[in-house]
Amino acid sequence: MESKISQERAPVAQKPHKIDTTVTGDIGGLVDIEINGRPYQVPFGITILEACRRNNIHIPTLCYHEDLCIAGVCRVCVVEIEGMRTLQASCAYPITGKIKIWTTSEKVRKARRHILDLLLSEHYGECYSCVRNNNCELQTLAKEYGVDYYRFGHVDQKRYEVDRSSYAIVRDMDKCVLCKRCVRTCIDLQEVGVLEATRRGYNTLISTFMDKPMIDVICINCGQCINRCPTGALRAKDPSDEIWKAIDDPKKHVVIQTAPSIRVAIGEEFGLPPGNSMTGQMATALRMIGFDRVFDTNFAADLTIMEEGTELLLRLKRKLVDGDENVKLPQFTSCSPGWIKFIEHYYPEYLDYLSTCKSPQQMFGAVIKTFYAQEMGIDPANIVTVAVMPCTAKKFECNRPEMNSSGFKDIDYGLTTRELAQMIKEAGIYLPELPPSHFDEPFGDASGAGLIFGATGGVMEAALRTVYEIVTGREVPFKNLEITPCRGIDGVREASVVLENVKEEWKFLEGVELKFMIAHGTANAKKVMEALIRGELNNYHFVEIMACPGGCIGGGGQPIPTSPEIRKKRIEAIYKEDAELPIRKSHENPHIKYIYEKFLVDGPCGHISHKLLHTHYTKRGKYIV
Amino acid sequence: MIYPDKNVIVSEVEHLVEKYGFGRENLLPILQEVQRKFGFISDFAMQEIAHRLDIHPVEVYGVVTFYSFLSTEPKGKYVIRLCKTISCDIAGKDAIARTLERELGLKFGETSADRKFSLEFCHCIGMCDQGPAMLINDQVFTKLTPSKVIEIIENIK
Amino acid sequence: MPIINDTIFFDEKAHGEALEKALKLTPQEVVMEIRESGLRGRGGAGFPTGTKWMLALSAKADKKFVVCNADEGEPGTFKDRVLLSEYTKLVLEGMVIGGYAIQAQKGFIYLRGEYAYLFDHLNTYLERMRREKRLGNNILGTNYSFDIEIRLGSGAYVCGEETALIESLEGHRGEARNRPPFPVNTGYLGYPTIVNNVETFACAYIVMSKGAQWFSKYGTEKSKGMKLISVSGDVKKPGVYEVPFGITIKELLELVGAEEPKAVQIGGASGICIPMSEVNRNISFEDIPTGGSVIVFNKERSMLKVLRNFMEFFVEESCGQCTPCRVGNKKLLEGVELLEEGRCSHRYLNELIELGKTMQIASKCGLGQSSPNPFISIVTNFKDEIMSNSIRGNNGK
Repeated sequence: MESKISQERAPVAQKPHKIDTTVTGDIGGLVDIEINGRPYQVPFGITILEACRRNNIHIPTLCYHEDLCIAGVCRVCVVEIEGMRTLQASCAYPITGKIKIWTTSEKVRKARRHILDLLLSEHYGECYSCVRNNNCELQTLAKEYGVDYYRFGHVDQKRYEVDRSSYAIVRDMDKCVLCKRCVRTCIDLQEVGVLEATRRGYNTLISTFMDKPMIDVICINCGQCINRCPTGALRAKDPSDEIWKAIDDPKKHVVIQTAPSIRVAIGEEFGLPPGNSMTGQMATALRMIGFDRVFDTNFAADLTIMEEGTELLLRLKRKLVDGDENVKLPQFTSCSPGWIKFIEHYYPEYLDYLSTCKSPQQMFGAVIKTFYAQEMGIDPANIVTVAVMPCTAKKFECNRPEMNSSGFKDIDYGLTTRELAQMIKEAGIYLPELPPSHFDEPFGDASGAGLIFGATGGVMEAALRTVYEIVTGREVPFKNLEITPCRGIDGVREASVVLENVKEEWKFLEGVELKFMIAHGTANAKKVMEALIRGELNNYHFVEIMACPGGCIGGGGQPIPTSPEIRKKRIEAIYKEDAELPIRKSHENPHIKYIYEKFLVDGPCGHISHKLLHTHYTKRGKYIV
Repeated sequence: MIYPDKNVIVSEVEHLVEKYGFGRENLLPILQEVQRKFGFISDFAMQEIAHRLDIHPVEVYGVVTFYSFLSTEPKGKYVIRLCKTISCDIAGKDAIARTLERELGLKFGETSADRKFSLEFCHCIGMCDQGPAMLINDQVFTKLTPSKVIEIIENIK
Repeated sequence: MPIINDTIFFDEKAHGEALEKALKLTPQEVVMEIRESGLRGRGGAGFPTGTKWMLALSAKADKKFVVCNADEGEPGTFKDRVLLSEYTKLVLEGMVIGGYAIQAQKGFIYLRGEYAYLFDHLNTYLERMRREKRLGNNILGTNYSFDIEIRLGSGAYVCGEETALIESLEGHRGEARNRPPFPVNTGYLGYPTIVNNVETFACAYIVMSKGAQWFSKYGTEKSKGMKLISVSGDVKKPGVYEVPFGITIKELLELVGAEEPKAVQIGGASGICIPMSEVNRNISFEDIPTGGSVIVFNKERSMLKVLRNFMEFFVEESCGQCTPCRVGNKKLLEGVELLEEGRCSHRYLNELIELGKTMQIASKCGLGQSSPNPFISIVTNFKDEIMSNSIRGNNGK
């Protein structure tokens, strides 16, 4: 979808020069170049860095990131071009002629070493006390270039106070190398606009508006900046100490739920390539760590589909049958807490479009501290609920004051994939070698519909599998239940299904073309909202929005690094696992049927579920006080 | 005007955006006028401008802190900028600096409590052949001597 | 032997009807005339103006822009101030000629904030040009329309770098862009843009007025025409001088009445500092290029203090985006402090010189590429003086 009013934030000259095909441009075709004395043919307009990568020639980088526009500021990737006085940043230099490139000449090596020396001289902190120890790009470069002393000295005192004000993100500017990846992530990729370079010269500092603490500015806690930070300057707020404490406390019944995207990514923390599912191994590991019960958030995702799908049908009925003009359509999904905070700040007038459903994490928390406590005969005051999420915004979400409908805090701690991996390592466990096991009753293993929540378009696909079947009594007309229009990685996608031969009670939907839209990344969410404001979504019914690029598998709590390729692998793993599951529709999950029989007895969107599983939103607005 | 009223800022920004346009390329002229009119660019003004131009407040903050003639803190009615670059330096900048500090009772980087004077150093102002030189707001004063400085300050005090 | 006593700018008779002449030619012919004159950019880098204009003319776009770089921030430079205030016609009509040559519709004067007092003067002159049909729609009755807007800077030296200037015009922090693409293709708002120095436009005016051949009889083989030099420091007669390219430093020092000179800083803070043993070198793109700043230091001056002044300037005025410039200048300044305290070993000094060389080739823009120049040239040319401090420090006053 082309958005008319979307603005390119990146300065024109810093747009990425991405060329995917081998024959491009009207000048066209291939250019003969020389790299390190050997001839190569590369597409016209490709950057030197890209040309080298395609030919397996390594060039170190720091500010370059595949997801972001070009900055060319760290200068680590400089190369020598024959005949030019100055070195050129290979990430930014497009090849448009027959040039001769030297990637490791004396000048280049000396310059890179100098640049590293300069960065290290300003980088305060010791590697062994850093969350990014062993996964730090600056550390890796220092090793690669054999740095064994600080040539130009080293700061020996902290200069900045660590900002721990946010529920989700910790900023330690002493470790910042000013690569501006976070700035480009926040402003260009996500269009949230928390971080920007401020001041100038030696005093340049990545900062917030008026240098306010993170809690006071409009941050949606998506954590995408953390995923792209090359050092430990940005990190998530880690609750694992408190969780260990709860585990060690015999009075506490510690329950953990794991989101769909954890299983397909956590292997990366143990050195596996992206795209390996570790579902059963993870369940085993969590029990070994000492969690009393290990549940699958996919159950709550199935529950969300029941509630959200029903809510959609009710909205349709009120609109089409009752003619209620106050009903807002399309209905927007509400499972992404980053997206929720985004809309609360930027589009507070449109909160009525949001589904009132809590996110699966919070639904599960409420169910655990009520239904589960009842079934097990445990005092909910002694239950500690931990949620492993691919997400940093979940840390904020679980601390929302309204999330206590059980009478207790629905979720006590939000843990990220990275932090869980750390706990597993701390427990001396090597995850990939564990025997797999199942999730615990009474929620058990969930459906494939719940699982695909992890990928962009997954909520939509899961909802359609259920809604279509409720209305027509038949399965969605897609082979193997794979609703392909929902899948893919385009920023904004849309599709429709026509409801035909519907059941008697849904007669008013006969022949209705159910139109839906999917967006991921808040920059794309913004495009959708602008389209909504222009009235272009009037005949749409359901919109799925995920704050993070790629959906939850690309969340801010996921293993670092991230890239389009890595996210694609994780998505593939999710769909593969879905295809192999025996139950793939939320309403067919026997545990879901059980909870509606036993506990949520007045059905989806009934009184009990309204009290426990639904929520309301806050008009926050965009003024920073 | 110590702290401008929010409504005054809103209408001023509205007026400026109408005058210059909604595009980001008009950010600097708008900021310059706000700076001139109010003596600084308050956090409310920055947000108001940001929202009008459809950019993020932090981007405006990044721009304001980049340029040394824009400030987020209130400046005096008279901003005195003494050139500290080499030609003025060797022409006797130090004596002028001492005179200014003494006569105004201010250190460089400070603004007087009554918000009448701000005293700052600046880099070369292109008066190297007539140094030492300083700017008071947009006006330039050259070939300064301590007694000449005292006279200038007396005239605006 | 260069002709020293001739002047172009400072001779009213040399000013002719350049705009009238240019508009009678095709844009290509104007560009060719500029090319033939051998005119090179007067900001210091010396890029051939004709080539720049040719590239912008041949770029295909529905809008093009002309920018006059009046962000004269280089320490010791003030010739543009004189041109703008006293030879306004040459500059502004030079811009119109540039606009016509590349077929632009709009021009900007990026006037440094420190020169805000020239704003009204320039605006009045633009008004007068509009009244006289030398600006605006259908200039001098032709089909060509062009207008000029003045934009003020806000106190940032780096905005004199052409891509930082364009970023600033677009409302961004003045951070230099990656090049390529160059402004002649992708400039202001992504459109082809020529950014030229004030003096370059004035020269273009003179080329159109007197002809390329006349212009190119001055100067040296690769540096044609006259050059304005701003002279300050320890001299009897500071001010703006018009000299032909190729003039030796010695000749210039005599002309301005240098008093017991010890060192000459050519090209401002980002230029080089030469000792008296090198005064037979000359000002030209072949030998010592300069945007026009000459600062003379007499034998009383502490070169370390001079160097500290320059390095403090760069630490504050670097835009701060690229590593070599942001941190490198700080390290050089810290080196100066060590020298002042007598604690900088010769070995470490050499490390810093090597760092300076890296900055010269690895920085993103001209600022960082030239900021180590004074460090390298001063510590090399005045090593005995620089290294003479004992541990407590004695002449770093």
